[in-house]
Amino acid sequence: MSTARAWREYPRRYRYEAATCKKCGKVFFPARLICDACGHREFEVKPMARTGTILAHTVIRVPPAPFKDQAPYAMAVVEMDAGPRLTCQVVDLQEGQLKVGQKVRLEFRKVFQEGPAGPIQYGYKAVPV
Amino acid sequence: MRDVAIIGVGMNKKWGELWEVSLRDLFVEAALNAIENAGVDHIDSMYVGCMSSGLFTGQEHVGAMMADYLGQCPVPATRVESACASGGAAVRAGFMEIASGMSDIVLVGGVEKMTDVDGDEATYALATAADQEWEAFNGVTFPGLYAMMAVAHMHRYGTTVQQLASVAVKNHLNGSKNPRSQFPMKITVDTVLNSVMVADPLHILDCSPITDGAAAIILCPADRAKALCKNGAPVKIIGSGQASDTIAFHSRADLTTIESTAKAAAKAYAMAGKKPEEMQVVEVHDCFTIAEIMVTEALGLVEKGKGGPAVESGETAIDGRIPVNPSGGLKSKGHPVGATGVAQMVEVVEQLRGESGDRQVKGARLGMTQNMGGTGASSLVHILEVM
Repeated sequence: MSTARAWREYPRRYRYEAATCKKCGKVFFPARLICDACGHREFEVKPMARTGTILAHTVIRVPPAPFKDQAPYAMAVVEMDAGPRLTCQVVDLQEGQLKVGQKVRLEFRKVFQEGPAGPIQYGYKAVPV
Repeated sequence: MRDVAIIGVGMNKKWGELWEVSLRDLFVEAALNAIENAGVDHIDSMYVGCMSSGLFTGQEHVGAMMADYLGQCPVPATRVESACASGGAAVRAGFMEIASGMSDIVLVGGVEKMTDVDGDEATYALATAADQEWEAFNGVTFPGLYAMMAVAHMHRYGTTVQQLASVAVKNHLNGSKNPRSQFPMKITVDTVLNSVMVADPLHILDCSPITDGAAAIILCPADRAKALCKNGAPVKIIGSGQASDTIAFHSRADLTTIESTAKAAAKAYAMAGKKPEEMQVVEVHDCFTIAEIMVTEALGLVEKGKGGPAVESGETAIDGRIPVNPSGGLKSKGHPVGATGVAQMVEVVEQLRGESGDRQVKGARLGMTQNMGGTGASSLVHILEVM
């Protein structure tokens, strides 16, 4: 992954920056240029609350190449308390916590490394609360 | 707008791991079969549905390449890409070109050559149909995304893993009667549930395979179809619908509904003036077993939440109330992604002509195809009636 491609998403991946439509209040993660609910183009950008709820989950047993060292790993669709949804890994799991309705918090983690000496990509993973 | 008919269809003799056949020869074989089946002496234009020839073989610009190797230069030749719905989108492009009056005889083909790369590279290529930055970056795979759809559907409607497996069992039974099928073996619910887990709750036998294959059809104005058509009855495209949805699965309004398919179907039903209960044979995009269950619901063929019980009770079998995927579907016939949407048209045309042998749906005159891209960010629905 090019340095610029990784760098431009740091505000979302490191700080959970979301964009709130100044007209209708819909919250987007990541930010976009036009609101799909009302068509407005002005947003307030600020970090969103890091807590949310699992809506759907799975365990990836056949991973993409950069994730081979982590498999099997749990993933989920999480609905953030701020409104947006996202897809991420779920880690630090205890028995029975990978379930619909489980409350989670996003934590800063290593996501993957490109080869043994490649750049390390960081981002968020969900941890049950 | 002019009415449009299909007057010829063609595929490769067999789909599968065709190591001796190149991307271009795959396409040309199917296209020549379609041209021969139609009996036309020329084409005015062509479309090539193809998802990712660049990542699978390093070759882009396949519209012109296929025109060249088909001996059709200088006809206009355009590649159409909408991930796994590329074939269906190519069909719609050809349909619109004839309907508009721009051309009279159009070849629409679809192709994917997937086995020139290893499993990791193929998985990567397929994952580009999801949101690279906000889904794939975090490690999710396509089986993983459909697995989460399955979990959401099971949570809300009580759909079971046995019902998921029943889709695979039915489609492999149908595929065992299709000489072109990549995996024509019959399986049981236990075979599926005892196969390797890929992404819980989906086993390897809940997933469609990696396939080399191509398919093609010839379109012309309906009022010239009977005069031009040399083999079998022409089949009219009486409805065409397309819709999009969020690129990321997690942003869908309802994780248990493939809304783009419901929207595309509503448009196709309205254009055709037909209702779901009138359909007699349907080919749907069963890239994973849960997909067929959710698609039959989105098309209105079964009640919402009842897709699982419908397949388990045989409602969607070849001799059931509404036969779904008599070809064997993507599951058994194979899923060369760009070819799939066109191959679905080939199957329904042959069914409506009464040419489907052991897997023939008796007396079918009205049929439908549903093709989708990614996790349902693109959907195409076509309704066909024999003339």
